[in-house]
Amino acid sequence: MAFINTTTFSQPNANALLEKVDENMASENRISESTMIIHGRRDSRTITARTWSVGTEKSFTEYLSPAREQGTKMLKLEDQLWIYSPSTDRTIQISGHMLRQSVMGSDLSYEDMMDTRKLTDVYDARLEGEETIGGRPTWVVHLQARVDDIAYHSRKIWIDTERYVPLKEELFAKSGQLLKQTTFSEVKQIDGRWFPTAMRFKDMLKQGDGTEFIITSIQFNQDIPEHMFTKAVLRR
Amino acid sequence: MKLAIKLAYRNLIGAGLRTWLNVLVLSFSFVIIIWLNGVMKGWDYQAKNDMTHYEIGAGQYWHQDYDPFDPFTLAESHAPVPAAFKKEIDNGNMIAILKVQGSIFPQGRMLPVVLRGIDPKQGILKIPTHQLDTVTDAIPAIIGGMMAQSAKLKKGDRVIIRWRDDNGTFDATEILISEIFSSNVPSAEANQVYLSMKTLQDMMLLPEHATILTFADAHEPRPDISGWVHKPRHVLTKQVDDMIKTKTAGQSIMYGILLLLAMLAIFDTQVLSIFRRQKEIGTYVALGYTRKEVVMLFTVEGSMHAVLAAMAATIYGLPFLLWQAKVGWTMPIDTSQFGMAIAQTLYPVYTVGLVLTTVLLVTLTTAVVSYLPSRKIAKMNPTEALRGKLQ
Repeated sequence: MAFINTTTFSQPNANALLEKVDENMASENRISESTMIIHGRRDSRTITARTWSVGTEKSFTEYLSPAREQGTKMLKLEDQLWIYSPSTDRTIQISGHMLRQSVMGSDLSYEDMMDTRKLTDVYDARLEGEETIGGRPTWVVHLQARVDDIAYHSRKIWIDTERYVPLKEELFAKSGQLLKQTTFSEVKQIDGRWFPTAMRFKDMLKQGDGTEFIITSIQFNQDIPEHMFTKAVLRR
Repeated sequence: MKLAIKLAYRNLIGAGLRTWLNVLVLSFSFVIIIWLNGVMKGWDYQAKNDMTHYEIGAGQYWHQDYDPFDPFTLAESHAPVPAAFKKEIDNGNMIAILKVQGSIFPQGRMLPVVLRGIDPKQGILKIPTHQLDTVTDAIPAIIGGMMAQSAKLKKGDRVIIRWRDDNGTFDATEILISEIFSSNVPSAEANQVYLSMKTLQDMMLLPEHATILTFADAHEPRPDISGWVHKPRHVLTKQVDDMIKTKTAGQSIMYGILLLLAMLAIFDTQVLSIFRRQKEIGTYVALGYTRKEVVMLFTVEGSMHAVLAAMAATIYGLPFLLWQAKVGWTMPIDTSQFGMAIAQTLYPVYTVGLVLTTVLLVTLTTAVVSYLPSRKIAKMNPTEALRGKLQ
């Protein structure tokens, strides 16, 4: 009996765990440079980009390479998204079902980047157990949607028990079919917080090695001018 | 006139090889024009027949937001089936079809598809929907041959489909390909997966919803229903009509060239006849023929090429045309990529109207071409003609 009690008390609350993860992953604002490697069936493409973001509401991304994508800019304000293409010199708004399209042919959709709601607001979290991922002990948190208008009915997140960063996430369909998997690695301490700097997104229904996302540099809580998040900046 | 025909016939036969060469070229025109038009008629018949049996029935009602050329409209283009049609549906004279976007993952490849919900018990379309009633642990599905080819799927295969319900929530499950049908109608086959209507409505959280209503009876009065657009059969087959019109216009250039060659030969023959037979013309006039009658004689002679050509075309063309109607003409390229209803093998359809029109067209053209050089006779001086002097 005493053993059971000890075990129960040592397990943290799932929502509290998610809050702790949020403290590491979220920031007032950030400026980052990243490399996205999209592994196709025959070859791989590497795209580099610089991103300025404020919370989860505002973000501005400028693609730096390859030459074909260079100068392409993407602005996200709340639930609206615009893309500027230098080859056509036109800005288009991605809306409705276009949001379900893949970003630059990767395993990510625009919509994956658009949901700004906090996980604890839309999912009921439940601690499922403990597992070891890549030699690190993790808590396994199961999330079950409590709202209807949500893309993934349930999720599973493996959270590092010491650093409070996600090391793996799985997204499930209503039927329970695993749809997407994200693995996080290269966890580094940046500005006093632990942060995974490499991620691999994989559409589990498709063949291939998925999409790698590597953050080459990141700065938190910088002074970002407000004009970075206006439509005028797209054509600049 | 009788004499003119008799004389014309004798003169023509007397000209020997020259006549037969002209007749041969002209008979080719007959056969080719009838065959090509027959193929077009056959295509028209086949395309509309296949579309009726596999896609459009006797006509349809579309949800007002439905646009078959824009798959993004599918998410919004559905509504509960109007109460006015409930009776017709219950009687089996109308079927409701729900169309939604989804993805299929054969061999780990993602292919965007349209998931179509259809009543397994329907009898309006020839799609083997009864196979959707199969009881299996996976959802039974039917696909067309074109889809099977592009997705490399065969009967009995299991494959995962993914879709988003009306709330936008992802869902995925395994389907079993219970049947593969062949229809020659790309819009009914390419990237289309047929599921039981009830299953799809449950999957989408859209009970009683439909995108298209296909009816069997074209004669029933069709009321205007708010939110739905009536599409009669001729509107739905307009694409086929337009394509056939374009193809026919393109083909008429070919017949034009063929006819031109034949007419050129006849024109030359006529000019040569009039030049070489001046004494004969003079004799006719001297014997009491009016100039008009001589012109008539030569015109009949020229026009008789068309009659002989029609006879020659019957001798060798008729077996060819009948054989073609039986075995059809298989196109040397893959027609499944054409994007419209066209069979790989087209069976020509010949109508009495087609044959009569062709005969009339060729005979009239020949008559005109024969008449034009004959007009010169009217200006001839008979005395000079009798002496064979060039005029």
